[in-house]
Amino acid sequence: MAIDLKKTDVVIVGLGAVGGVAALPLARAGADVIGLEAGTWLSPRDFAPDELRNNFRGWPQSAQKANGEIPTHRPNASAPYSPRLPIHPMMNAVGGTSLHYWAQSWRLNPWDFKVVSETTRRYGAARIPKGSTVEDWPFGLEELEPYYDKVEYEVGISGQAGNVNGAIDKRGNIFEGPRARDYPMPALTGTEFTDRMAATARKLGWHPFPGPAAVNSQYYDNRPACLYHGFCNRGGCHIDAKNSTAVSTIPKALATGRLKVVTQAIVTSVAVDERSGRVRGVVYLKGGEEYLQPADVVLLAGYTYENVRLLLLSKSKPFPHGLANNSGQVGRHYITHHTGATLAALFPFDLNNWYGLPAQGVAVDNWADDNFDHSGLDFIGGGNLWVYSDRRPIGAASMSTFSKAPTWGSNWKAFIKENADRWNLAYLQKTTLPYEDNVLDLDPTVKAALGFPVIRITADHKDNEKKLGAFIQDKMAQWFMEAGAIAVERGPQGTMGPSTHAYGGTRMGDNRETNVVDRYGFSHEVPNLGVLGASVMGTSGAHNPTLTAQALAWRTAEHLSKNWRAIAN
Amino acid sequence: MPNETGRHAPRDVSRRNLFKQVGLAGAAAAISGTAPAVVTAAAEPAPAPALKPQERLEALETLTAAEADKLEAIVARLIPSDANGPGATEARAAHYIDRALTGPLRASRGAYAAGLAAIDVYAQSAKGAAFAKLAVADQDAVLADMEKNVATGFAPDAATFFNLVRTHTIQGTFCDPYYGGNADFVGWDLIGYPGIRMVVTAEEQRMNVRTKPVRQSAYADATFTMKGGSHGHRP
Repeated sequence: MAIDLKKTDVVIVGLGAVGGVAALPLARAGADVIGLEAGTWLSPRDFAPDELRNNFRGWPQSAQKANGEIPTHRPNASAPYSPRLPIHPMMNAVGGTSLHYWAQSWRLNPWDFKVVSETTRRYGAARIPKGSTVEDWPFGLEELEPYYDKVEYEVGISGQAGNVNGAIDKRGNIFEGPRARDYPMPALTGTEFTDRMAATARKLGWHPFPGPAAVNSQYYDNRPACLYHGFCNRGGCHIDAKNSTAVSTIPKALATGRLKVVTQAIVTSVAVDERSGRVRGVVYLKGGEEYLQPADVVLLAGYTYENVRLLLLSKSKPFPHGLANNSGQVGRHYITHHTGATLAALFPFDLNNWYGLPAQGVAVDNWADDNFDHSGLDFIGGGNLWVYSDRRPIGAASMSTFSKAPTWGSNWKAFIKENADRWNLAYLQKTTLPYEDNVLDLDPTVKAALGFPVIRITADHKDNEKKLGAFIQDKMAQWFMEAGAIAVERGPQGTMGPSTHAYGGTRMGDNRETNVVDRYGFSHEVPNLGVLGASVMGTSGAHNPTLTAQALAWRTAEHLSKNWRAIAN
Repeated sequence: MPNETGRHAPRDVSRRNLFKQVGLAGAAAAISGTAPAVVTAAAEPAPAPALKPQERLEALETLTAAEADKLEAIVARLIPSDANGPGATEARAAHYIDRALTGPLRASRGAYAAGLAAIDVYAQSAKGAAFAKLAVADQDAVLADMEKNVATGFAPDAATFFNLVRTHTIQGTFCDPYYGGNADFVGWDLIGYPGIRMVVTAEEQRMNVRTKPVRQSAYADATFTMKGGSHGHRP
């Protein structure tokens, strides 16, 4: 029997990038919030500049819940499983993956909210790819702008604005939608190499700009500026210059006295009141005991896979196919960013990319979203071009030999001795759409440590993504070659296995037949259940999801606090 | 020269031991960082003799002596000691693998047992002797067959085992020396990695700047000390 705990106002499942944000407006509004986190608090001691541990070993210093739940993948329902990933894309800790993410903090492009209507208006409805389940978001960028703004200032984002209230600033992204004000911090500095790439882009008539980052470019919120030491990629920041929620919004929420953090709490299901069909709390395991934490409102704030998994695992009389899933929509409209179809370049000179961070770089959005005319093209959407400074020795030595050398032996050794610092890889985030048959469900056979099934991904890139992938590779190749590269190499399109950019599964929309949550992030079927994270996003855009997921989380939390009686009672 | 590498520092990779292990010229390269002209890929007439158990720098953790000898012979061909300086042997990549197979890489222990057994069977049938006893040209031919996945007798196949060993050899050659590889920073020196620095200036991110190498493990920094528990850092 679960130990019944004292009821609280709100329980948040997962204190990562989005749960850690949502806790702040709720706590400030006076709600008593319990944050259940599977991981623990980590400290600077856990953030050693250790490539092997950070990039290859799945963070042994953190709780290993996610690494026991790596989703399985098959490209389609009749294909064999892909090889299982050795480590989960995400990790568990207070602050979650915002501790070791790349910290790129992008707003979506205005088009990403209106893919259907804008494509139809500009090119005709026939241009929506066959089989895609894409819908317009229930609102446009202007609705989310104030929340982007709040998160940028509360979390701390550095960047160069390109459009403040309609005034275009060519130093920033001229394609971004209007923002109310500048970023709270100037952009991170460029390196000589990224500056060179920016100059080349200008020569091509493109509009390069420094990317936005949840990294302090200067002293901010009582934390120091980045020291560019080069271990940000799957590494935590030992000086707290990376603005994970563990050092930004969560401490602020704790300071209100309203947030209680429970670590090493593994939530196994959401409890339902079978008479009312409302949720009454969550069940979790901690230290060998099972607890029921009752709450007026439950907010799921796990990663996309875990939000979907918890809903599907929480079966009850009113919800026999999983919580909030009487519509059969949980797990549908699944997307991972198409980051296959990479483009690697080899230069005839050293780039000195040994230091810096993946958020320190130069972007070009001329070929992203609908920023260019697609009339004569056979796809919709686009890709963000991004060149950054990030290199460590194991990764450097594992470089492609660009068909210029064998992969081992003396000739290989001579090749990497000369070229380990002469290459750059663009991973090219591309618009990726949801399709009828790209879905998540519970794996029928593969189980995690506690005996519960892991998520099974059934998904593959479709024609639109493949054509777009080839197109954007060409643009990136053009940029690298113009900057002096002597060779480029196109990465394969790949398939859609577990990813750090996973969207959908609990999509947000007004139509309750095709969406799990409403425009505020609350379940259409269960009024006191909210879902936070990129699992509510219906389109991916061509940029990193975290800031959008955080802005949505803030908005959901604010909506809850302003409509407490209607939602909680 | 600061050379603190934490709890599992390579135990005394001394001049004398290196001479025993890789021969005079290779040791000179490992220590001085210069490339001796006498050791080139073309001028290697015979395999490095397998170490006798009493000559190992420390006891093996999981591999048998025969397995370790074979692994040493393989990594020595994947990243050879040659005109470009020390290779996987001096980096102690096989030592890294042996240790890691009892820890984070333990899931691969079975693959090593099977693969190292299969490589001898294949070497015997294709070249007439056990792998470690072959001349380097024949060792390279066996490895090439594995990479091309035409070598037989491996499960699931030769290329899978080849790629596994290659991946781990690269890890063992270029990792933080805390893990028992990259001894004397030979891997980092090879590719010109200037080492871990906690503060990097804009000047140090200019393309033509050659910063002075820092030869120090991450765990030499007091911030990341292992005192009070390994903190999940089982190498």
